[in-house]
Amino acid sequence: MAKKTNIEKDHGLDVRMFFTGLALVVLYVIIITVLLRVGVALGFVVVIAFALIFSQYYFSDKVAMFSMHAKEVTPAQEPKLHEIVDRLCLLANMTKPRVAVSEMDIPNAFATGRNPNHAVICATRGLMRRLSDEELEAVLAHELSHVAHRDVAIMTIASGVGMLAGLIGRMAMWGAMLGGGGRGKGGQNIVLVEMATMLVSMLIYVIAFLLTMSLSRYRELAADRSGAILIGKPSVMASALVHITGDIGKIPSTDLRKTEGMNAFFFAPAFAKGTAASLFSTHPTLQKRLDQLNQLERELNGG
Amino acid sequence: MGLRDALFGRTKQAAPNLDNLFALPTAALTLQSELDLVTSGQGGLCFKSGSGESTITTDDDIKEMLNFDEVGSDVSLTTDDLGFKWVVINDTDISGLVTRIHSANTSMVEHGLGPRLLCAVFGFVPANPPGEGSVRMVYLLKQGTFYPFAPTGAEKRDNELELRVRSFLDKDLPMEKDLTRWMALWNLPVK
Repeated sequence: MAKKTNIEKDHGLDVRMFFTGLALVVLYVIIITVLLRVGVALGFVVVIAFALIFSQYYFSDKVAMFSMHAKEVTPAQEPKLHEIVDRLCLLANMTKPRVAVSEMDIPNAFATGRNPNHAVICATRGLMRRLSDEELEAVLAHELSHVAHRDVAIMTIASGVGMLAGLIGRMAMWGAMLGGGGRGKGGQNIVLVEMATMLVSMLIYVIAFLLTMSLSRYRELAADRSGAILIGKPSVMASALVHITGDIGKIPSTDLRKTEGMNAFFFAPAFAKGTAASLFSTHPTLQKRLDQLNQLERELNGG
Repeated sequence: MGLRDALFGRTKQAAPNLDNLFALPTAALTLQSELDLVTSGQGGLCFKSGSGESTITTDDDIKEMLNFDEVGSDVSLTTDDLGFKWVVINDTDISGLVTRIHSANTSMVEHGLGPRLLCAVFGFVPANPPGEGSVRMVYLLKQGTFYPFAPTGAEKRDNELELRVRSFLDKDLPMEKDLTRWMALWNLPVK
């Protein structure tokens, strides 16, 4: 008998995210290879690679804000949001980050910035529409935990280490090729060695990428945990998670009559698909997060 | 839409699918037994009025087309704050309501207004208030599918209740499978 479940998992999104990340890595590899081939000195290539990573880190707040169409808001514009963040920061004894709002309908939130003093915490309009005040507080506590844990820095260093490992692998292969007297055996051999070099460095990048992803999932669980402890109610964190992921997160809050152009009147409406929860794809499964929060709830109740 | 239409950028307007409407009375029984929801006695038809379509442009034209004078005072025509027109029909019997919405649809299609039709909405309220809140069943005329809409306040909707409605009505009604199409209809004039 075929089993049918009501709640489908979005495997497609995970797969897409994986390949996007992989494509990014491959792009880096190609850039570096081309630079080396053109004859740019190895040291200079390393400098360029790290400049790229560093700027990604240094401008992380601006990049994330730009890609989410987020705008910083004053306490006068969003009194409730500011009040919640104010209270949480007092509770956690940390500097208040800048507060931003993105007008997107996707229920999501993110924290970014290179250090707690340059942090931005952002909630989307869709998140605020869907969640109760208590649940919104839980999500913001999760994001503040990311700031306190310095997750932007950690993740940047992690991906940088992956890059470095790949580069060292490449250098070692080049060294072996040049030192092993491969030149004497004709051109065909050099092509083979070159291909092997390429393969090995790709392999190192892939492994580094997978490790980075798993580190990211671990950091998410850690943020869930400290966020839940901060607000003292793991169950509220769990209910917020259920509300923004899975089926409920897909139901829009925008009006049918306001859909872009005349979509609703014609064939094959071109609603944006699969953009939801993109920031959550480096995250653990919902079940795993709920299990952890459940256990935390039991511990807090002295169970 | 064929390849040639795609090449020349001509979109054909989609004709509405009215057949699935008649599945609603059965679903209404399920709603009553499972969620204690009964019809609110109101149904509505939402469309966007355009200019120059077979000379039906004013409210009076629409009223004349739908025989407002004959059917009596339980039909009204309103324009909402987004400029969409609503034909709201009052009928405490759900089968009667469905039939009347269907015939209003049909006459609009006959007058060439089919492509302008957006959706039909049927109100359901708790049999024993307050209950769990009221639900509107929205029928997407172009897709021929239903979805529930349960507004609870200003731009807030009860997603859990909506998903429960779907789980109960899956067998009775062609429900819209793509949840991203479960668009809201804030401040709709159908109760």
